Amino acid sequence: MLRLPQFGVALPSNVDAVVALLRDNPGARIVAGGTDILPNLKHRLDEPGMLISLAQVSELRSIAKLAHEGREVVEIGAGNTLTRVSEDPLVRELFPSLATAAGLVASPLIRNMGTLGGNVNLDTRCRYVNQTKFWREALGGGCLKSEGNVCFVVPGGRNCVAAMSSDCVPVLISLGAEIVLAGPEGQRVVPAAKYFKADGLRHTVRDDAELTTKLRVPVPTTPRRSAYAKWTVRKSIDFPLVSVALRFDLKSDSVDAPVTELVVVAGVLGAKPRVIAKLDDVIGKPLSDPALSRIVCAAVGKQCKPLENVPYEAPYRRRMFEVFTRRAIAELVAAG
Amino acid sequence: MAEALLSLRINGESVHAAAPAHWTLLEVLRYRLDLIGSKQGCDKGDCGACTVQVDGEPVLACLTLACAAAGREVRTVEGLGWSPEASNGCHPLQDAFDRWDAAQCGFCTPGILMSAEALLRKVGRVVTRDEVREALAGNLCRCTGYTKIIDAVVDASEMLAAPRDET
Repeated sequence: MLRLPQFGVALPSNVDAVVALLRDNPGARIVAGGTDILPNLKHRLDEPGMLISLAQVSELRSIAKLAHEGREVVEIGAGNTLTRVSEDPLVRELFPSLATAAGLVASPLIRNMGTLGGNVNLDTRCRYVNQTKFWREALGGGCLKSEGNVCFVVPGGRNCVAAMSSDCVPVLISLGAEIVLAGPEGQRVVPAAKYFKADGLRHTVRDDAELTTKLRVPVPTTPRRSAYAKWTVRKSIDFPLVSVALRFDLKSDSVDAPVTELVVVAGVLGAKPRVIAKLDDVIGKPLSDPALSRIVCAAVGKQCKPLENVPYEAPYRRRMFEVFTRRAIAELVAAG
Repeated sequence: MAEALLSLRINGESVHAAAPAHWTLLEVLRYRLDLIGSKQGCDKGDCGACTVQVDGEPVLACLTLACAAAGREVRTVEGLGWSPEASNGCHPLQDAFDRWDAAQCGFCTPGILMSAEALLRKVGRVVTRDEVREALAGNLCRCTGYTKIIDAVVDASEMLAAPRDET
């Protein structure tokens, strides 16, 4: 039995009321699906005096295609459950890699509860942090992210390297999504690629007084192939041990057409997802060209440096980042 | 510890209970309402033993704040026996679990029944073994190896599609 710490619960019914509650109650935390924060509270990683539940904030649950600043976008409310995101016809048609990623999060039960906004703001995870308080005490008093002041992953390290473990985040970055925040000063829009920081204690630029209200994903303007690759030991429940999102924009609707733009993003390294750089040699090559797969996989293997912050040995995970990238590209090519 | 009055809809009935604000739905079900069919296993979302349905969707009662379930229709394993499909106080799933020996220690069974019932309702036809595997992917069973659980769920979906006389 894991008891929650004592707290009060507020049940506002709209975004304005949530923002007002956040402003008036410093230290209050937001709870949507509860599948991330409640286990963390049961493990005593935080003891907020108040939780602000989004259970009654129905305005966060729309999914709609609309014109925004001269381009077509799909706005996905942050309160949509991951099940809904993975099954929504619009998301499946326009952003298949996002539907895949949302449908691979944890288990069906957790996807029925957990929200897209919660997955974007998922707290960073580490094998030395996400344990019971009793377990952490056995380490001699926790680590940088819990009660202590040492790091067990990087001995002597002063910067927390807990892993950004969201399945949807690498995909949202690869799709060029924007994150819309509501705060006391009004609305703020942050590109997903600039939302994360390399600090496991505070890995997003979201202020404590801000609420993630929606994700704005641009509709593709060219033919596209996209994929999300995830490796876990079990086929369900687990957080990713390897996580790669790929997006290839093509000149025409064929895997033999030249690639005009590509984005490859890896998760579960440190606190910040890694956008793979130096892929310019791939532009102009057909997606089906084996050289393309070799260049992309080599860049992923070179630039992804996993740490022992989640289960499995880092050198093995590093190899698997390459392997899963190669398989994902091969599947895209095979699908035509 | 201040307690708040909760008004919940559970298995089709309005119930009221006083409980601390930080209690989960599972704690209120078990320790205030004596509905101990939903089990407290890992208590952090890994095992699925606490699965109940909220507005028809299977969710984890151990990670649902009780006050956030107010105004929504909660269904527990205790409510399965008086669903419209039930006969002699027994849902076809429960009957199939009995006939297939799909429960050994039985601790995971209430959660699995609630996940499986939601699947049968959502699909509305005879289910495939892969659909059952996917739907039960959040419910751990340490005894059976799942084979007989899957057998039972498929059998129950066949019974619901075309009831047969098994006297």
